[in-house]
Amino acid sequence: MWQLFHKLGSPKWFFGIANRLMPWLLLGGVALLFAGLIWGLAFAPQDYLQGNSYRIIFIHVPSAFLAQSVYIMMAVAAAVTLVWRMKLADVFVKSVAPVGAVLTFLALFTGAVWGKPTWGTWWIWDARLTSMLILLFLYFGVIALGAAISDEKSSARAVAVLVLVGVVNIPIIKYSVEWWNTLHQPATFKLTEKPSMPAEMWVPLLLSVLGLYLIFGWFACLRMQTEILIRERRTRWVKELVLAGRS
Amino acid sequence: MAFDSLAAFIAMEGHGPYVWTCYGVFVLLLGGLVYWSLRQRRQVIAAQRRELSRATASGMAASQNAPAASFTRVKVSQD
Repeated sequence: MWQLFHKLGSPKWFFGIANRLMPWLLLGGVALLFAGLIWGLAFAPQDYLQGNSYRIIFIHVPSAFLAQSVYIMMAVAAAVTLVWRMKLADVFVKSVAPVGAVLTFLALFTGAVWGKPTWGTWWIWDARLTSMLILLFLYFGVIALGAAISDEKSSARAVAVLVLVGVVNIPIIKYSVEWWNTLHQPATFKLTEKPSMPAEMWVPLLLSVLGLYLIFGWFACLRMQTEILIRERRTRWVKELVLAGRS
Repeated sequence: MAFDSLAAFIAMEGHGPYVWTCYGVFVLLLGGLVYWSLRQRRQVIAAQRRELSRATASGMAASQNAPAASFTRVKVSQD
């Protein structure tokens, strides 16, 4: 266990593993996402209330789902940074924050475009929408704070604290549709119940969520590798790797 | 298929513009993120390769200029 932990902390080891994982993550992710989106766009039945506009769900829910789960992963990594000073955890936080920001923006944007034909408005200060906007600002804050402090160690600690403070927003996002009865509809997937939609609707949705998850994994590997190349540029293995011209 | 024709698929009974805007922005942003991440990595590798080749070149030049033997200039690696 501890051996694995130490290995996980080794940037060189991670670099190799990431190299091996990345083709599969990308291939599987694109295939699943593509299947889910084509199915959702062209083959899934119409919604009896919302008509065809509901087809936005196949990108809105995956984006929103990933936006939150990326933040939770960042929070776990931030805790690891603070407790065990593992460098790789900080590399993860800094590398995936921009991906999380893009996903949050996509969730907000697709939600706004979906809201227009369904609710009659692009934006409303509904609890779910507002808390997602706060999540976007949290991602911006993490990116800006990480870039503002040049010392690696203090930057890692400051960013980790910010990420952990911001995690309070996640349950607010999750339960906002239950605590406050406003425009946003309740969650599509719940762990405890069967989805209320027919299988022709939720299966493609599940496929696209899984696909986007894998694609996120690919992004994480790629961007962490870049960050490792920068941080470990003085080490011998990175010099050899750079000169060998591989990857 | 949930639609009778391609035209119906694109129109989506009036919801087409909303649906297609969302899918377009989704593909565009994720594609942009892929492009940006790959370019960043390429640039980092290229910059480090330049730096390394410059370092080896200047190292060789310095060793050529240096006297064959010296008691004062002893270079000790600080790594």
